[in-house]
Amino acid sequence: MKSARFDPIVLTLGFAFLYIPIIILVIYSFNASRLVTVWGGFSLQWYAAMWSNEGLMDAAWVTARVGVLSASIGTVFGTMAALALVRYSRFPGRTIFSGMIYAPLVMPEVITGLSLLLLFVAVNVDRGFWTVTIAHTTFTMCYVAIVVQSRLLTFDRSLEEAALDLGCPPVKTFFKITLPLILPAVLAGWMLAFTLSLDDLVIASFTTGPGATTLPIKIYSQVRLGVTPEINAICTILIGLVTVSVVVASIASKRAELRRIRDEHVALRGTV
Amino acid sequence: MAKSLGPVKRKFEPWNDPNAQPFIRFENITKKYGDFTAVSNLSLDIYEREFFSLLGPSGCGKTTLMRMLAGFEDPTKGRILLQGNDISGVPPYRRPTNMMFQSYALFPHMTVEKNIAFGLEQDRLSKGEIEARVQEMLKLVKLEEFAKRKPGQLSGGQRQRVALARSLAKRPKVLLLDEPLGALDRKLREETQFELMDIQHTLGLTFLIVTHDQEEAMTVSDRIAVMDKGVIVQVDTPAEIYEAPNSRYVADFIGDINIMEGTVVSPAVDQGSQAVVTLDCNGLAVAVEQECAAIPGDRVAFAIRPEKVRISPDQPADASANAAQGEVWDIGYLGDFSIFLVSLSDGRIVRAAQANVSRLVDRPITFGDMVWLTWPKDAGLVLTR
Amino acid sequence: MAEISTTSNSGPARWLVVAVPYIWLLLFFAAPFLIILKISLSDTAIAMPPYTPVLDGLGSVGDFVSQLDLENYLFLAEDPLYIQSYLSSLQMAFISTLLLLLIGYPMALAMARAPSRWRPTLVMLVILPFWTSFLIRVYAWIGILKPEGLLTVFLQTIGLMGPDEQVQIYRTDIAVFIGIVYSYLPFMVLPLYSALEKMDATLLEAANDLGCPPMKAFWKITFPLSTPGVIAGSLICFIPITGEFVIPDLLGGPDTLMIGKTLWTEFFGNRDWPLASAVAVLLLLVLVVPIMIFQNQQQKAG
Repeated sequence: MKSARFDPIVLTLGFAFLYIPIIILVIYSFNASRLVTVWGGFSLQWYAAMWSNEGLMDAAWVTARVGVLSASIGTVFGTMAALALVRYSRFPGRTIFSGMIYAPLVMPEVITGLSLLLLFVAVNVDRGFWTVTIAHTTFTMCYVAIVVQSRLLTFDRSLEEAALDLGCPPVKTFFKITLPLILPAVLAGWMLAFTLSLDDLVIASFTTGPGATTLPIKIYSQVRLGVTPEINAICTILIGLVTVSVVVASIASKRAELRRIRDEHVALRGTV
Repeated sequence: MAKSLGPVKRKFEPWNDPNAQPFIRFENITKKYGDFTAVSNLSLDIYEREFFSLLGPSGCGKTTLMRMLAGFEDPTKGRILLQGNDISGVPPYRRPTNMMFQSYALFPHMTVEKNIAFGLEQDRLSKGEIEARVQEMLKLVKLEEFAKRKPGQLSGGQRQRVALARSLAKRPKVLLLDEPLGALDRKLREETQFELMDIQHTLGLTFLIVTHDQEEAMTVSDRIAVMDKGVIVQVDTPAEIYEAPNSRYVADFIGDINIMEGTVVSPAVDQGSQAVVTLDCNGLAVAVEQECAAIPGDRVAFAIRPEKVRISPDQPADASANAAQGEVWDIGYLGDFSIFLVSLSDGRIVRAAQANVSRLVDRPITFGDMVWLTWPKDAGLVLTR
Repeated sequence: MAEISTTSNSGPARWLVVAVPYIWLLLFFAAPFLIILKISLSDTAIAMPPYTPVLDGLGSVGDFVSQLDLENYLFLAEDPLYIQSYLSSLQMAFISTLLLLLIGYPMALAMARAPSRWRPTLVMLVILPFWTSFLIRVYAWIGILKPEGLLTVFLQTIGLMGPDEQVQIYRTDIAVFIGIVYSYLPFMVLPLYSALEKMDATLLEAANDLGCPPMKAFWKITFPLSTPGVIAGSLICFIPITGEFVIPDLLGGPDTLMIGKTLWTEFFGNRDWPLASAVAVLLLLVLVVPIMIFQNQQQKAG
């Protein structure tokens, strides 16, 4: 079938476009020269400089705390929201509710950031760590809700009914049957939420206050002053962290897939 | 699979005993989803130790009825009594019924053992008791060596038996089976049908099964309720359902049957020991031995199973016998049987089945032959509904 | 239909599952919009918060309402800078979305037609850059596009450019387009891919069998069936691009007009909160139709 032929050229070009800038960035983080365009030999000096840059390290620590906290709360709320969306077809204001889940996915960040800031000012809250965390929880929970929702849609409800039928009350059924089975999606949601929080510049800029400078804000202010290899170094570390965790997660899920296939073989052979 | 047949089944028909108390009673049950009525003012009694089938096409309300008994759905109107107690409002996890799901609904993250123990753990039985009961169940379904496997590592037939064991483990008062054999292939299904009957008989439980497979219902059930569009059309034993369907719907739904529309010529009058109705089916005179309230002029249907129609090249000697002449239009060879499609002079097709008692070399009757179809007066039925 | 009564037994838990995220979103997503609307009707003040009136106590509600006016909006309407910002943002978003479709569609199609055992890896390769920081990816392009950057070095090395020439893309709209297409490509490819991957390959065989040549079959079968993906991908890109700040700020030049940047400047630069709010409210109004379409589509898909 000619029309459905697989076209590797398009893919090669596409992936080259996606990856070359990142690869260049990583390579130049090991550059001994201060000039971004001149290769001065291999060096780890920018990593050392980064390490001794207290402002940068403080920002990284703030970002990690905000990320873990907001991703965790966002995962709990997002999972609840997904359950509400999938399981309860009727409750007052359901349309508004689902609107509030989907809107933040596409809402320009400047609007979300500004509106949250104005809320915090209106209720006279000191901006800082907690306001950034609240802001991140709000938008990451929507992503988690979408991820978990799509898993719940394919969830076989008769598993829960079977548990109820065997005498297990609803809340216990959720924790013994539903949660273990949707856990991969919930964890994927958490990871997504964490990286989104790690990544966010605009919303954090609006909602943060003194003493709670996040890494993206720090990077942004340095980038505005010009490209420095030190930034390349921290970017490389971030890319490395994310790549490793994504690859590990996907290998783990591939393992699970392999195990499933092997199980099916066992089942076929073991047919009585 | 070698197995003992157990005691021979004794005659069991509590539904004919006026003193018997129903075990389950559906009382004027109506279930609506918005404008759609799934079950309409339905009443039904099921007795203890009965193997009862709800049979009907998909969407007839049979599954809804079962789910209302399990507690997954609440009736819009009416009530359900279990041993005389109204169970409305009792959540599924507090009902003494257990269900075997169509998809089996085995918990994929738990071993076979854990699946079977799940219900017992909810009852807070002691560890030893649970262990003993799980072993007993594994033995019952012959899965002892698979205790530590997970559902993903089992074949379809094994999963089905785990599901059965899990739903039996709590010794429910009623076991509900939703299309229990639907996912199995034909041969395994037939074997399992007999196993199910055996288990039901041994444990002395009440089984309620939902199925769209009439053969399955006929094989396993003490009684069958044939459902259509939310109402029960007929409740009877398998033999009665097959031999004496009460309506065109049931006659057509169960097995193969010829149905001819006609008009009553003379009402049921005694001829010797039996009442006989005579009909006019578009020029064909038919006499049927049957008690029937229809009066002349009523539009009714004459129904006869193909295996009760005799086919012969010769005209019958007895001129008063039921007979029709036609041309062989098509022959279907089914191995044990051959089905002859005979076209009458007005184009109506009548099917006649003939057992292939000897190996077929030369067919005595073949395409295009003019043949005579005959049947005794007690072979067919007049259907007024 | 089963779900209604199954869950009716779990009263308090059910209530909690809906109420907690609902109240959170009302507080931190819906309420802020009302506040932004109110502030956009207020006046600038040199104070903290830098606007008047401030609502204190219920007694002053009447007084409070009477001080609100449309002054900020009138200002926006009068100053051509803002109108041009909106128009230019929409235009940039529109062109970027088209570019994304032109690049993303062939990629998604090639992925959907790749051997099935490669597909999960290909999907992962598309998602992976998305997991790495947006800011980092934009930053990476600065080093490439700068006049003395790597692109210049590369073109000089292969001889396409003389040693004195330099690439003049950085701080222009072209750089912004490159940055946008680069950053949003995964968002375009993934919905397209999921629409194309679902498609039954025998449909094209059937079309060919019935005498439809491959190119025509693409436009008659493949493309129409992928429209949900095209719409989803376009909206997911178009809406946030319209309000984009980081890319025009880091890659664009002084004459790159985008409303997200304007808002940022009003807020952080000029500290004119009411005007920034009015800019945001108007941006929201411009985007309300595409957002509604997006929600509708998502709800149908959900």
